[in-house]
Amino acid sequence: MSQKEKHILLIGNPNCGKSTIFNNLTGLNQKITNLPGTTIEKKVGVFKIEDQTYRITDLPGAYSIYPNGEDEILAIDYLKNSILNHQVDLILYIADAANLQRNLLFFSQIADLKLPIILVLNMIDLATYKGIEIDIDKLSESLGVLVIALNSKKNTAKKELINKIHKEHQVFQSDFFKKDTISFQQHWNNNIEAIKENKEGVYKKIALETNERYLKIQNILTPIQSKNTQNAKFITHKLDKFLLHPIYGILSLFAVLFLIFQFIFKVAQIPADWIDYGFSNLIRFVSETLPIGKLNDLICDGVLAGVGGIVIFLPQIVLLFVFLTILEETGYMTRVSFMSDNLMKKFGLNGKSVIPLIGGMACAIPSIMAARNIENSKDRIITILVTPLMSCSARIPVYTLLAGLLVEKNDGIIDYRGLLMLVMYVLGFVASLLFGLLFKLILKQKEKSFFILEMPDYKLPQIKNVLRVIYSKSMDFVINAGKIILIVSILLWFLANHAPKNNFANIEKKYENYLGQDKNSLISSEKLESSYIGIMGRSIEPAIKPLGYDWKIGIALITSFAAREIFTGTLATIYRVQESDDDGNKKMLTILKEQKRADNGLPLYSVATIVSLLLFYAFAMQCFSTLAVTYRETKALKWPLIQFFYMTGFAYLASLIAYQLLS
Amino acid sequence: MFASDLDIGQLAVIEKVAESKLQNKLIEMGCFEGNTITKIFNSPLGDPSAFDINGYVLGLRKEEASLIHVILKK
Repeated sequence: MSQKEKHILLIGNPNCGKSTIFNNLTGLNQKITNLPGTTIEKKVGVFKIEDQTYRITDLPGAYSIYPNGEDEILAIDYLKNSILNHQVDLILYIADAANLQRNLLFFSQIADLKLPIILVLNMIDLATYKGIEIDIDKLSESLGVLVIALNSKKNTAKKELINKIHKEHQVFQSDFFKKDTISFQQHWNNNIEAIKENKEGVYKKIALETNERYLKIQNILTPIQSKNTQNAKFITHKLDKFLLHPIYGILSLFAVLFLIFQFIFKVAQIPADWIDYGFSNLIRFVSETLPIGKLNDLICDGVLAGVGGIVIFLPQIVLLFVFLTILEETGYMTRVSFMSDNLMKKFGLNGKSVIPLIGGMACAIPSIMAARNIENSKDRIITILVTPLMSCSARIPVYTLLAGLLVEKNDGIIDYRGLLMLVMYVLGFVASLLFGLLFKLILKQKEKSFFILEMPDYKLPQIKNVLRVIYSKSMDFVINAGKIILIVSILLWFLANHAPKNNFANIEKKYENYLGQDKNSLISSEKLESSYIGIMGRSIEPAIKPLGYDWKIGIALITSFAAREIFTGTLATIYRVQESDDDGNKKMLTILKEQKRADNGLPLYSVATIVSLLLFYAFAMQCFSTLAVTYRETKALKWPLIQFFYMTGFAYLASLIAYQLLS
Repeated sequence: MFASDLDIGQLAVIEKVAESKLQNKLIEMGCFEGNTITKIFNSPLGDPSAFDINGYVLGLRKEEASLIHVILKK
């Protein structure tokens, strides 16, 4: 006989080990969704005990049922609706056994709602390490609810938990805090409304309640918890002494960043090359298999080339997320924020902005998503706005090509091209700080910036959790970013392969009797010129001429909006570089150097033009996917628009000044 | 005195948190009357600082720490 599905809510403070318990209970049977209109993530999983199906929802970790300022209201509203509106059959409250006092505050608030509840003391073994002994039975007795202790290492924990979940559960009978006239639910509602309306004295009133709760918690804990710190092992403290040291701490921070960099740039290149190889073979195969025609072109040059263009970044993005997860899981992330906060706050950012900025050097898309960790809305918006200024990996091929034009390869000790790359990275970082400062001065302060950060004990990362993140983030990226990139690349393909009137037919007619070996490349380059995108390139020429570009570069600028690295490919098409050539890059450089200006016959790719192009690619917002993610994360059209115009405007200005000064 | 005035290693008892938007938030994070607080680290750049609040570590900027009234424990 199958019974009605039962709902369980998983609740607890951040860092209490909630997700691990959730993963253990549900296995792969889970779904992560964003709450509509917000970036609040909820995870839902299903598991079965005997005949009974349980649906378990993991809510984001919180410290309290009261929001701190407007930024947290959405999250708390969500919590409130989940608890009050869904028929909850059981609340599993997870507490960090080593930090019971503070973890019980949120418990006391939830318990007062009078729903069936189990208190889980998680990581009890780690508490023992720190010399903390808890009398579980007595705690259960004095609270009047079931208390279970879980060992962080033992695998029997899951079975134990499941058995308990399947039994009947108690509702907390007494009160941590009581209003005589109204129910606690009503009281909670009233307080949230008061916070929303910014009512005078609301925080003071709640502060009194919080104090009262802690006094009760103290009374409960004193007889049942003992701390004997004599033999305790304070590994975290010892590690922090080194990792937060004024000299060693900063050195180790740079060492960690350096390592991440090496991985993202060097190691990720290997699978990226495989993907590249795989896709070019796939494209060749499809183009040879399908009958020649429009469909063939669309699938090969439009869809597959476009998809290949993003999938190639997947190794970098996945690696970035692996590192972010490991940093987060070990607890080092909070130390990075702690160490950099002082510098960042001067520029309108926050210690928690460091991670998006570092990630921005790989790809702005996941990094903007990582800015969710910043509670303060102003700090978060500024972080999102400036993150794309960091030099992302899509700029690398562009910089490489332009650097090759600017400086000859030399065998000296210093590779000047490498030096130029470094300059470009520094330029991006400095620009993001300066624009942070500018936005700090311009944007209205909704809430005062603050930094209140729990620094949890160091832990070894759980491989299962890391694997899960790899899976969910790559799917998220492929599906969400992929959709947009696919549409844009199809659009670009269409614009580059279609022309008004009979332009294309005329070109083919023109070369009908031409016998030269370069017939095909001549035709395709002339077709590109007369295509819609060629027309667009010509029409923006007046605007980009002061920067030193001609209409051909204009086409490359336009196509770059799908992804910056398309720049090199577009130039290759325009200048008829045979891509099959083994020495393609070298040949490309030679061809680019031969290009002359239409008006005065001087070399097109002069120092002035190249510097101007470098600056343009460093600062301009040329990534449609980033704009889409900014929109998704901010839920307001104005932020991607501001991002687009300030970046592109500044890029234009910087390139204009550079070109006019240098030419 | 305030938590921001503590030297590293000094143990103090929290007296109260000054009235402000962060008052309840700080109390929720364990800064309630009678709880113990010790400054354990400064960030390499001087600010913020890390405090041990009855067994767990909380990072606070000077602005936040100066909202917490404390009495030195002898």
